[in-house]
Amino acid sequence: MIAGISAIEILQAIALIFLGVAATVLVLTRQPVSQAILISFYGLLLAIVFVLFQAPDVAFSQIVIGAIALPLMILLALAKIKKQEDESEK
Amino acid sequence: MFLASAIGLAIVLGCGFAGLPPTGDYRGPYGDVVNAVTVPERNVTDTVTAVNFDIRGFDTLGEEFILFVSVMGVLLLLRRQENEPRRRHEDRDKGRQAVPISDAVRVIALLLLPAVVVFGIYVVTHGQLTPGGGFQGGVILATAPLFLYLAGEFGNFRKGVPRTLAHIAEAVGGGGYAAIGLACMGAGAAFLQNVLPLGSKGTILSGGTIPLIDASVGLEVAGGLVLVLIVYLEETLELKEE
Repeated sequence: MIAGISAIEILQAIALIFLGVAATVLVLTRQPVSQAILISFYGLLLAIVFVLFQAPDVAFSQIVIGAIALPLMILLALAKIKKQEDESEK
Repeated sequence: MFLASAIGLAIVLGCGFAGLPPTGDYRGPYGDVVNAVTVPERNVTDTVTAVNFDIRGFDTLGEEFILFVSVMGVLLLLRRQENEPRRRHEDRDKGRQAVPISDAVRVIALLLLPAVVVFGIYVVTHGQLTPGGGFQGGVILATAPLFLYLAGEFGNFRKGVPRTLAHIAEAVGGGGYAAIGLACMGAGAAFLQNVLPLGSKGTILSGGTIPLIDASVGLEVAGGLVLVLIVYLEETLELKEE
């Protein structure tokens, strides 16, 4: 081990770098459907960061809300909007 | 323009980060006090749950009602109005063959369904012992109907997940929390003051009122989220049989 740096700190750094990359990709994505899928992946990474920073309670909520419920709501709302657009085109 | 503002932001952020205390250097007194107090005074091993459902139980009641009101708002906005035409479900891509759900997805979803239910109940009931609790467990329970949806047709989902039951769960859970608080007042203590025997440390019945509040929050969250899922799915997919 490098002097003064513990294993958990290395893991934290790796997770944070991944999180930063995922967040940048998420912001640069322009397709709403892709964004909904990506935000799920981003939510999962955020949950891992929470675990590594010793907040398992928050990580629990983050996995279910951030990685499942939020993308699902976005997808369902997008489906609804698509449908209305199709109807107004007719 | 972007480059200029990005550099400016980077400088400001850099100055800010330089002044931050190192990771894990906690300076406030409250965390240490809570850590020292919850185990001996409440016989609860998960401090976060003790803070949420006992020490600041009144704030959590407010948070729970935020969720309750949001769910009500979604239900109100997505309700079917009398003059709303009942449209048939039409595929956007006419004449497309719908892809059948593969057997692998069905089998895995049906296998995971009971596991998720058990795990959700575990997380709700062990909130005072390990990380988790009413909110987290409730959300996990609410994902169980999604497996039912993945495993079959929307009709099965409607039959398997009765809407009335979700309504009752949400109402009983939301009202239960306030009722526990009032019952504490009935016992001659303050609102939501922990009046029940605390039990022995590390057992499932430890923590006095905390497991009860946990269970009611779990019911409320699970019921509320399932309701939101049901109305969203109904609104989006329309009903094929109509």
